[in-house]
Amino acid sequence: MNELLLIVTVGGSRVALPAAAVESVVELDTLIPVPRAPAHVAGLSALRSRVLTVIDCMRSLELGATDCTDGVREAAVVEVDGHHYALIVDVVEDVVEALSDPSAVRAAMGAGWERVSKGMVETEEGPLLLIDIEKLITGPVAEARAA
Amino acid sequence: MDDLIADFVAECREMLEALGGEIVAWEAQPDDRSRLDSIFRFVHTVKGNCGFFDFPRLEALSHAAEDALADVRAGRRTPDAALVSAVLAIIDRIGEMIGCIEAGEDFPAGDDSSLIAALAPGAEGAAAPVAAAIPEGKGGAASAPRTIRLSVELLDRVMSGVSDMVLARNELARRLRETPTDVTVDGAFERLSGIIAEMRDAITRTRMQRIENLFVALPRMVRDLSAELGKQVLVDIDGGDVELDREMIEMIRDPLTHIIRNAVDHGIEAPADRIKGGKREIGLLCVSARQSGNQILIDIVDDGRGIDGKKLVEKAISSGALGKAEASALSPREQLALIFEAGLSTAKEVTAISGRGVGMDVVRSNVERIGGIVEVDSKPGEGTRMTLRVPLTLTIIPALTVSIANQNFAIPRSAIEEIVRVNGESVTLDHIGGAGVATIRGRRVPEVSLAEVLGLESIVAANEGSLIVLRPAGGDVYALAVDRIHDHEELVVKPAAPAVMATGLYAGTTLADDGSPILLFDPAGVAQVGGVKLEAQERTARVVETATAVAQRDNSVLLFRGLDGGRRALRLAIVDRIEEVERKAIRKAAGQLRVQLGDTILPLAGAEALEKGDEKVRVFRLNDGNHEIGYAFKEVIDLMPMDGELIPADNPGAVSGVTLIGGEPAELVDAHWLFSNHLGAAVKPADRGVCRLPSDDPWMQNMLRPIVEAAGYVVIGEEDELIPDLVIASDGKQVEAADKAKVIVLRSDPEGEDGESIYRYDRAGLLMALKAASGRGK
Repeated sequence: MNELLLIVTVGGSRVALPAAAVESVVELDTLIPVPRAPAHVAGLSALRSRVLTVIDCMRSLELGATDCTDGVREAAVVEVDGHHYALIVDVVEDVVEALSDPSAVRAAMGAGWERVSKGMVETEEGPLLLIDIEKLITGPVAEARAA
Repeated sequence: MDDLIADFVAECREMLEALGGEIVAWEAQPDDRSRLDSIFRFVHTVKGNCGFFDFPRLEALSHAAEDALADVRAGRRTPDAALVSAVLAIIDRIGEMIGCIEAGEDFPAGDDSSLIAALAPGAEGAAAPVAAAIPEGKGGAASAPRTIRLSVELLDRVMSGVSDMVLARNELARRLRETPTDVTVDGAFERLSGIIAEMRDAITRTRMQRIENLFVALPRMVRDLSAELGKQVLVDIDGGDVELDREMIEMIRDPLTHIIRNAVDHGIEAPADRIKGGKREIGLLCVSARQSGNQILIDIVDDGRGIDGKKLVEKAISSGALGKAEASALSPREQLALIFEAGLSTAKEVTAISGRGVGMDVVRSNVERIGGIVEVDSKPGEGTRMTLRVPLTLTIIPALTVSIANQNFAIPRSAIEEIVRVNGESVTLDHIGGAGVATIRGRRVPEVSLAEVLGLESIVAANEGSLIVLRPAGGDVYALAVDRIHDHEELVVKPAAPAVMATGLYAGTTLADDGSPILLFDPAGVAQVGGVKLEAQERTARVVETATAVAQRDNSVLLFRGLDGGRRALRLAIVDRIEEVERKAIRKAAGQLRVQLGDTILPLAGAEALEKGDEKVRVFRLNDGNHEIGYAFKEVIDLMPMDGELIPADNPGAVSGVTLIGGEPAELVDAHWLFSNHLGAAVKPADRGVCRLPSDDPWMQNMLRPIVEAAGYVVIGEEDELIPDLVIASDGKQVEAADKAKVIVLRSDPEGEDGESIYRYDRAGLLMALKAASGRGK
């Protein structure tokens, strides 16, 4: 399987996103907060006259919060169900080819990682965790508000 | 109707073309189920549509074919060659007839019974076609509008592309404003803007659909329902050509269906009952649509038994939805509105069709979700009128932008009833058990602090913000406190991400002109999150309002403090509005103080004590029905009933007397005197005197005439036939004195006092003489 993967760093860990799902990598500057939205929704931003819902991956993974006050953040733009999201990550590194199908991770991961995991893939850069973007966007279930 | 027929013809043609191959294949293989199905579908469609269009021959043909094919499908009959050719003959005949309809011709004379008879099992082969030859070369085809069918997804994609284009254009406009650009660039951009706007209009129209699409199914539905219920109902449909956003049509389909089912089931009585009630046994159900501004109104009117408000109230009390005390205070309209409460139904028994008490509340919430309103009006015994008001389109929403804690939000304008300042005269804010209650002109409305709902810190003092009175839909008013009100904007709204929508606060997101994202509030959602109990609050609020209104109707006065600090009162009825103007909008012009309000200039009273230092001045706008004047004041104290006796003033003037209001003396402003004094003679033509001036004297005409006219005279010349009250002449000229007319003689020499003439530039003397003359003239 030669799926292309985008390697990003979240909370100090290198993980892989399916590159096909990522439309672009942008630098976010302004961020409009969304009051009362779930914590992992960092806010809204505009990209080429589109509204992006910005997801703080750190919060989504329950690893703490990304500090958004220092201005420019790197983010991967994805589209899910017709909505555009920007996933805030620490660093966007490179695109690599997957050398294997994802396989279950048998080691114990953090609860946040466990939730978004699609399994482990082999790459030239060693094994990486493949992230389920939709689950990343859904955020921690416990914190999702029903109302 | 013509368009519908064109659609029908187009649809049939399309199906016939597609069937071409099927028919041949079916002929070869009569037991091929899928071919049979597609032919069955065709005759079924034709039959369904014919009933609507009143083509009895087509209907009979397609009906016969459908019956025969249904038997085959049900396995009651095996298809044989005779049946196949009989069906094919019928399809051919249908094709011919459709050709005639398209060309706008009458059907060729002929009898279809032989074709139909050929369908019967065991019939002897298909009868030879008996129809007269169809004239070839149907000229009518060219006149039909050329149409193509598009997938809705494609249209949606184009629409969203255009929306993006509008947003991109806005962003470009902003960038262009920020940087100095060439005139030619601006010109090109302007042209691009124009084209995009035009495209947006066009594409918006493509998304529009005739509401007929929704109405087409109604006659059938009503027919089936009334047959089931043993009632007779005539449906009258009007306004099918009104166009509505496609999505909107889908959104109102269910509510409309539900209302009609209700009308047939509960509204219209059984024929026997109708005759007993002195009505025609056939019930009438009118469904009509019309456009009003940017709303579409759909009326569903039946002439049935109507809704009994009292029964609704009883039901509501027994179900615990309403307290007894509350119930007694409901107006008839409010009683009727109870049908929208969950769990109420006046139907004696639950039927399969309706009456389970689920429904009208769902109808209302569905309509409100798309920014619409349902209204109900009913007279027991005479019928019910339900009105659905829905916006034309969902995608472009006029909105008001507001801010809280420096963040902008948008509120759909359709929900906004009014905007008041927290520190305004007629507004008080109270906190009752931690909940905010705003009293706006005697009306109590629950107050929701946007800052609290959003968990933000308000940046203005509590008494400096604004209240937006919102009526989310239906009639549930509440006031939303915001920091600042900004601007009206037309926003292209898109649904926000699910996580954002899940908060229940927002209806969507959009980009403002400056390119930053803005969240659009869902007014009902904000109320819900803000913990406002809409229904219950609204009822009591209305009760408060009506009670005070009755008490104050006759003699309520507006107590205020004048610019000079005096405590005064004005009868409320003549106060149109209160405006705040800049000091510079008030100036002395044409003899008196005047105030500019918008683009009108009104005489201003009460401004004698106006000080230089005042930056802003508040002005009552008084209206006597025909004319307006302004009255400057410092502050409004309260709205009070005038209960004490009036002690009249000694001299006529701005104050007609003194009275006790709220236990303290206050001067009652004499509005009549104000109007008579400040409007001047100009608006009292009945009282005008007539003055004759020599028409050949340029000085008289150019210099004197304006003064005389300003003094309230109608100026005439010697030739006019009106009898003058006053004649003005130069000395040395022959004066042709008319009966009873006073004569003023003007001399050009300042010296030469003779006791009778007046020097022409002795303005004071001249005015005195004019005044004296007018006094005598009356």
